[in-house]
Amino acid sequence: MSRLILGLMTLVLVSALIFMVVALLPGDFARAILGPNATPETVAAFRHEVGLDRPALARYLEWISGAVRGDFGLSFSSRSGNTRTVAEMILPRFRNTLFLAGFAALMAVPLAITLGVLSALYRNSWLDRTVNAMTLTSISLPEFFVAYLLMFFFVVKIPLFYSLASVDAGTPLGERLLRTALPALTLVLVTVAHMMRMVRASIIAVLASPYIEMARLKGLSPARIILRHALPNAWAPIVSVIAVNLAYLIVGVVVVEVVFVYPGVGQLMVDAVSKRDVPVVQACALIFAATYILMNLAADILTVVSNPRLLHPKEGGVR
Amino acid sequence: MTQTASPLLRIKGLHIEGESNGVWHEIVRGIDLTLNRGEVLGLIGESGAGKSTLGLAAMGYTKPGCRLTAGSIHFDGQDLARADTRSLRDLWGRRIAYVAQSAAAAFNPAHRLIEQVIEVPVVHRTSLSPAAREDAVTLFRDLQLPDPERIGRRFPHQVSGGQLQRAMTAMAMTCRPDLIIFDEPTTALDVSTQIEVMAAIRSVVREFGTAAIYITHDLAVVTQMADRLMVLRHGELVEEAPTAEMIATPRQSYTRSLWAVQALHKPERPSDGRTLLEVDHLGARYGSFRVLDDVSFSVPEGRTVALVGESGSGKSSLARVLTGLLAPCDGQIRYDGRPLPARFQDRDRSLLREIQMIYQLPDTALNPRHRIGDIIGQQVTLHLGLRGAARERRVRDLFEMIELSPHLANRLPSELSGGQKQRVCIARALAAEPRLIICDEVTSALDQLVAEGILKLLMRLQAEVGVSYLYITHDIATVDAVADTVVVMQQGRIVEQGTKGDVLSAPRDSYTCRLLSSVPRIEVGWLDAVLSGRSGSGPRAKADDGTVWSSAWLPPAP
Repeated sequence: MSRLILGLMTLVLVSALIFMVVALLPGDFARAILGPNATPETVAAFRHEVGLDRPALARYLEWISGAVRGDFGLSFSSRSGNTRTVAEMILPRFRNTLFLAGFAALMAVPLAITLGVLSALYRNSWLDRTVNAMTLTSISLPEFFVAYLLMFFFVVKIPLFYSLASVDAGTPLGERLLRTALPALTLVLVTVAHMMRMVRASIIAVLASPYIEMARLKGLSPARIILRHALPNAWAPIVSVIAVNLAYLIVGVVVVEVVFVYPGVGQLMVDAVSKRDVPVVQACALIFAATYILMNLAADILTVVSNPRLLHPKEGGVR
Repeated sequence: MTQTASPLLRIKGLHIEGESNGVWHEIVRGIDLTLNRGEVLGLIGESGAGKSTLGLAAMGYTKPGCRLTAGSIHFDGQDLARADTRSLRDLWGRRIAYVAQSAAAAFNPAHRLIEQVIEVPVVHRTSLSPAAREDAVTLFRDLQLPDPERIGRRFPHQVSGGQLQRAMTAMAMTCRPDLIIFDEPTTALDVSTQIEVMAAIRSVVREFGTAAIYITHDLAVVTQMADRLMVLRHGELVEEAPTAEMIATPRQSYTRSLWAVQALHKPERPSDGRTLLEVDHLGARYGSFRVLDDVSFSVPEGRTVALVGESGSGKSSLARVLTGLLAPCDGQIRYDGRPLPARFQDRDRSLLREIQMIYQLPDTALNPRHRIGDIIGQQVTLHLGLRGAARERRVRDLFEMIELSPHLANRLPSELSGGQKQRVCIARALAAEPRLIICDEVTSALDQLVAEGILKLLMRLQAEVGVSYLYITHDIATVDAVADTVVVMQQGRIVEQGTKGDVLSAPRDSYTCRLLSSVPRIEVGWLDAVLSGRSGSGPRAKADDGTVWSSAWLPPAP
């Protein structure tokens, strides 16, 4: 419960920070949007229309109370007769981002856990070394480079996938998966190393415990020792690393989206920044912050649920 | 030789090496060992004697960082020293089982007890899960665990240390193995729990005719458990004989020195009337949980007050109140005739200097990155304001007082033995020139011979500098060695206090009686005598409260 309140407080703080930082951006929004030929009258009219002439605190409160209800206001690009709310601009993009993140996560998380368990089980074997070397390589390469490499091999050399991940609401699932395969694969390669290494390290730390020696002396097989006796006690650090990586899959995909021209939130935000579309930038930033906080909250809750000491407290009077 | 006469286990010329800092040194040096079916062999010796290494080797297992260099381990005709891991795995748990020293660490915190207990027969396919569950409940009942039907549903952290130790014995028994290795199974328990676990272990070992190797450094315990004893020292056999024979006529001087430890006795000196510390109706709580209730006693100048009780009785909480770490909720403390401020922050420098504390675990009480000379020197500078050559001289004097060579001043704590580290802790307390030292179980983590040295040192220092001790312990033998007066605590209250002679020889409180009678003696048949005495004097209490004693021996309800 206290974690929930803490999460909410962080979110409020972050929203204020986002608002302040955006307000500090150099240049005048009205002039940037209306172009160099705008008369002072049109600038003033625009400022009045979007409310920039009112005090910052009032604007913040109005923005945040709208955001709570899912109303992020109007984009600066909307005109009378052609209104574009921020929500309707973001929603389809966010769906795309979630789809890509989910696709990548479904591959990356099981793969990372399997590789981590295997390399802990066969510590210092050729398998362990190979997995470690490969994941280290993939984490060391910049993601756009990984993306271009994948394109080179799987589009140019062996035409399996698409280099452009252009999808829209009407794309059927099968084709959608095929078109997003390369961006998802890129994301898998950059996130799996981090998670896999944490799984391995965390299990190896637990393997030094007396209850693992006991399990060995009970005559259990190495696989059973790792899966049943080591893994449940190694969860806490693994879960938090997975959470951070899942958040990264949603928030940190800007480069990958740009390389593959994928219509996600990251690209929308980049566009909005260059167009000085402040409401869109703010909304994107807030959604990203909320994602991070939510993921960490989920990790905290999972940690508690996976620890019997916290889930089943000592009963009073039992000594 | 007939089949029945062939030994279950025969170890020949066993050598095991261990590695530390890249250097291999011998832990076990050419041990021969024979164990017959159904026989219980006791392995005794100080820490570092190679007992545990030998015990594990009897399973064909060596800890990581150890290696078997020579010798054979024949278990029922099969040489475990040369067996592959698959055939060892088949034996472990099924025919040879292991009971570890700390059940709290050896049970997996993530699973319920029953799941861990039945894992052995299920994995070895000796029985199916439902049958194994039923059998586990039977074993829980045999081992006198409370609520045997449901205790298995608990997680390890939800039951006490003594209950866990019995659950681990049940786990070892599930496949009815031919051999069980007990590695110090009662060392971490206090006396009244220890006697229950000892009785439980012995009855199931006898019931199923299991052979056992019982490893301990406590002679009195092993005397009750083993048919035959082997004394080990530095990885070599010192002496081997049937238990009764070895107790009656130990041949080697080292064995006799082990025997002598428990005989340490300090003549009691009555107080000369001056009181240093007076505790008056003291109470304290952690949150809403009351840890101390109406505690009153006094510490005379230059004398030792022993504070006795089992774990959870409030001994250490009292020490925390006296040192100002825990504020009392009622009552007061008078020190040297004046009220003692409740919090250490409110005490002035001279009060902080005069009351010092020595802890149970010297490993955690010494900063591992400070050199010994600095650890003591810092105290000298802080409390006496000595610097430079004067400080060096004082540190050297202190080294002499604790009988350590001044050459050790440049060492780090990790380069010292347990006993040496505890001496350094004593020197650090002495450096402040205190009038009262609170000793919290200072010898319970040490071997008997080392502990004896520490106790003698404490007594000599008292005679020389007239310091008073408040000595917290659960070990009655230690009380006999140090105390002038004794205070017995149970569940945060004082149940009895008086001079050592009165309390130890003529205890009035039933709890004190039980505590005293639970202290193992080096006498064959002591355990049987105590158990029959306890169960003969009344109807057996049901196992609900975790004890098997007659109701006459139960402590009064609080």
